[in-house]
Amino acid sequence: MGFDPSYAARTFTSVGTRPIRPDGVDKVTGRARYGADFNMPGQLVGRILRSPHAHARISGIDASKAKALKGVKAVITAADLPDLTNGNSDLHDILDNCMARKRALYDGHAVAAVAAIDARTARRALDLIEVDYEVLAHVTDVDEAMKSSAPLLHDTVFTGGVEPKPTKASNITNRTQYGHGDVEVGFKEADVVIERSFKTEQTHQGYIEPHACVASVNPDGTCEMWVCTQGHFVYRQQCAELLGLDVSKLRVTSSEIGGGFGGKTHIWAEPIALALSRRAGRPVKLVMSREEVFRASGPTSATSIDVKIGARSDGTITAASATLRYSCGPYTGPWAMLGAMTSFACYDLKNVKTVGYEVLVNRPKTAAYRAPSAPMAAFAVESVIDELAQKIGINPVEFRIKNAAKEGTKSSYGPVFGPIGIGPTLEAAQRHPHMNAPLGKNQGRGMACGFWFNFGGQTCTDLNIGADGTVTLTVGTVDVGGSRASLSLVAAEELGIPYAQVQTVVADTGTLGYNDMTDGSRGTFSSSMATISAARNAIGVMRDRAARMWDIHVDDVAWEDGHAKAVGGKHDNLSPLSVKDIAAAAAKTGGPIAGHSELVADGAGVSFATHICDVEVDPDTGATKILRYTVVQDAGKAVHPAYVEGQYQGGAAQGIGWALNEEYVYGEDGCLQNPGFLDYRVPVCSDLPMIDTQILEIPNPNHPYGVRGVGETSIVPPLAAVANAVSNAVGIRMTHIPMSPPRILAALEADRRAH
Amino acid sequence: MVEVTLWGALGAAAGGKEKLVVEAKDIRELFRNLAEQYPALGPFIERGIAVSIDGVIYRDTWSKELPQDAEIYLLPRLAGG
Repeated sequence: MGFDPSYAARTFTSVGTRPIRPDGVDKVTGRARYGADFNMPGQLVGRILRSPHAHARISGIDASKAKALKGVKAVITAADLPDLTNGNSDLHDILDNCMARKRALYDGHAVAAVAAIDARTARRALDLIEVDYEVLAHVTDVDEAMKSSAPLLHDTVFTGGVEPKPTKASNITNRTQYGHGDVEVGFKEADVVIERSFKTEQTHQGYIEPHACVASVNPDGTCEMWVCTQGHFVYRQQCAELLGLDVSKLRVTSSEIGGGFGGKTHIWAEPIALALSRRAGRPVKLVMSREEVFRASGPTSATSIDVKIGARSDGTITAASATLRYSCGPYTGPWAMLGAMTSFACYDLKNVKTVGYEVLVNRPKTAAYRAPSAPMAAFAVESVIDELAQKIGINPVEFRIKNAAKEGTKSSYGPVFGPIGIGPTLEAAQRHPHMNAPLGKNQGRGMACGFWFNFGGQTCTDLNIGADGTVTLTVGTVDVGGSRASLSLVAAEELGIPYAQVQTVVADTGTLGYNDMTDGSRGTFSSSMATISAARNAIGVMRDRAARMWDIHVDDVAWEDGHAKAVGGKHDNLSPLSVKDIAAAAAKTGGPIAGHSELVADGAGVSFATHICDVEVDPDTGATKILRYTVVQDAGKAVHPAYVEGQYQGGAAQGIGWALNEEYVYGEDGCLQNPGFLDYRVPVCSDLPMIDTQILEIPNPNHPYGVRGVGETSIVPPLAAVANAVSNAVGIRMTHIPMSPPRILAALEADRRAH
Repeated sequence: MVEVTLWGALGAAAGGKEKLVVEAKDIRELFRNLAEQYPALGPFIERGIAVSIDGVIYRDTWSKELPQDAEIYLLPRLAGG
């Protein structure tokens, strides 16, 4: 209570250094324990039966043969997961996605599950389950799904956000609109107007570690779960609600995580593992195969976006509009709304209008993916921005600088911006040597900007001083990108002790207060705020203990450089007490020393980035090679600069894969044809150059050290930066992502025919 | 009294109004009074509304004070990945 999160300028000792990562040795030696690396005595193997149809009514399920198979200990269907959602439609969607209730809504939708003594028996049991499907018409394309003639996923969905309220059911769940001014007036003021339509295909987050958990429901009602997740407290809450468990009796431990990027903010198989364990009376381990990960978890939206931007010949944008259609899978989500809100946020626009449509399709449920929905919108907008600059004859960086949002700009999503970093990232890009490096034949350069909100959330930490003066920092935000090292640096900084004296651990749900997910780029932002608060509380305790040791008033004790120091003329002869000194006397001065903090970290501050990309396109094969890539982004304050650079590089790498190769390919039957890394090509090290980074530090006024989230924004510009580079290399505007070799060859061939 | 701007769907629930003037010293009081004056906003508040105060978005700090001259903008409660 009473914690002031305001930024105060200071000189840092630990923060800003680059110690080696504390989890690195375990990870490279194989000692680190991921989701599938945990076992419980007597555990069974769980397996899920999935729909082979894109859309089908489940007329009946006969599991008698599977149940009779020797070694099978439990078989469950939706009937074993009664609806306890009490009218909560979001929770009901989660329940229905975890196990289809009446209809299978996509290829890969779970319809039944088994727990058996080994994997072979579990697989045989799946084969023995007889599901009576009535195959229904399906639709997987976002534009097709919007047509009035399209097969309906739900006849109870009527488009929200339109007046008058529709009387006919639709796959369009919602319409949202943002903007200000009058775009029609603005377009009339323009000397040049560019209007184009774009498509992006559905991609997966591509985390290397599949979803995995071990769950145990005990006869006394207590439950345990070990799981790979971005937020074990949220998993606990949702699983407890779906299964009717007491939250406090379900103890969830998060494993190390082999990537999440938003895909592990949703529960998928965890309630199934708990339900199987409850039925079998034994622990159940459930690990998804790669095919299951692709077919039934995680993908982002496929999109169809129209963008129109007008500008005067002096380079001033007069109006901008976009219509954004985002696929949601079978359940609605805020995906087009996020695209509509973020699409023009980089620019200072007098007249702007964006309209978003969320669209249901027979594909897996759309999940959050790193700055969800923003990359696709940025691809469409930044492509037109680039084309407009070329048509007017202005350098694309200068064009963006001229129109960039700044403090006082009314953002395209509504509020007026405070101090923001888009201008500085553009100016840094303009000065960067990359921007003027020579290009060769078949090579092109592109650049693009990106925006993301960043978020905070509920956060709780404990900071315990050991008897030897070393410190254990206990946090509840899962470490997805090196936050344990960063938070140790923050604790060391605040306490004034060496980094090596602090050990940070991620607590299970039974040993710390509730924490929101590690999402929204909040892990280090939020938990560092709580760590500073906890450290300040611990310092208060240590000042009190030092006062007792000296027998002076606590007001005469100051904390400087990791020591309690007596102040005032009367106490000049007292030697400062270190953390170690105070800890050693703790038993006789009041017992254990700790600092605790629970807070809501808000005011994360919006984030901007500018990327530059050079490519070479082989005109014979259509293959694109990334020659050089530079990321410029504001971090507020880079707590551990190497990790910040890693986030920048990782976002760029994922975005490059999305731009060039990654794509869900569906057949006419509505089934996914490439559910594996052989046919769904993510970039590997040999595909990429060293991605250069430049960290800008414009302090966030709402964090004591000025920290901003850095994890997501870096994936927003790459689709557009690569598309602009490829378009410049081939001389044809590329409008369909991914720009895979067949698509580039087709564009080249069409251009040849047209000329 | 503070003036708050509503996003489209919220404005529709408030009888088609884009801006409302509400007596509120902090976010908690704002939501309480909005729900009283415009019952149709109740489900939106229950589901989650973010409050932008001079461009800084607050999702959960209901004790945050609302300066009388601040730009206050209500937005859907968003989440990241």
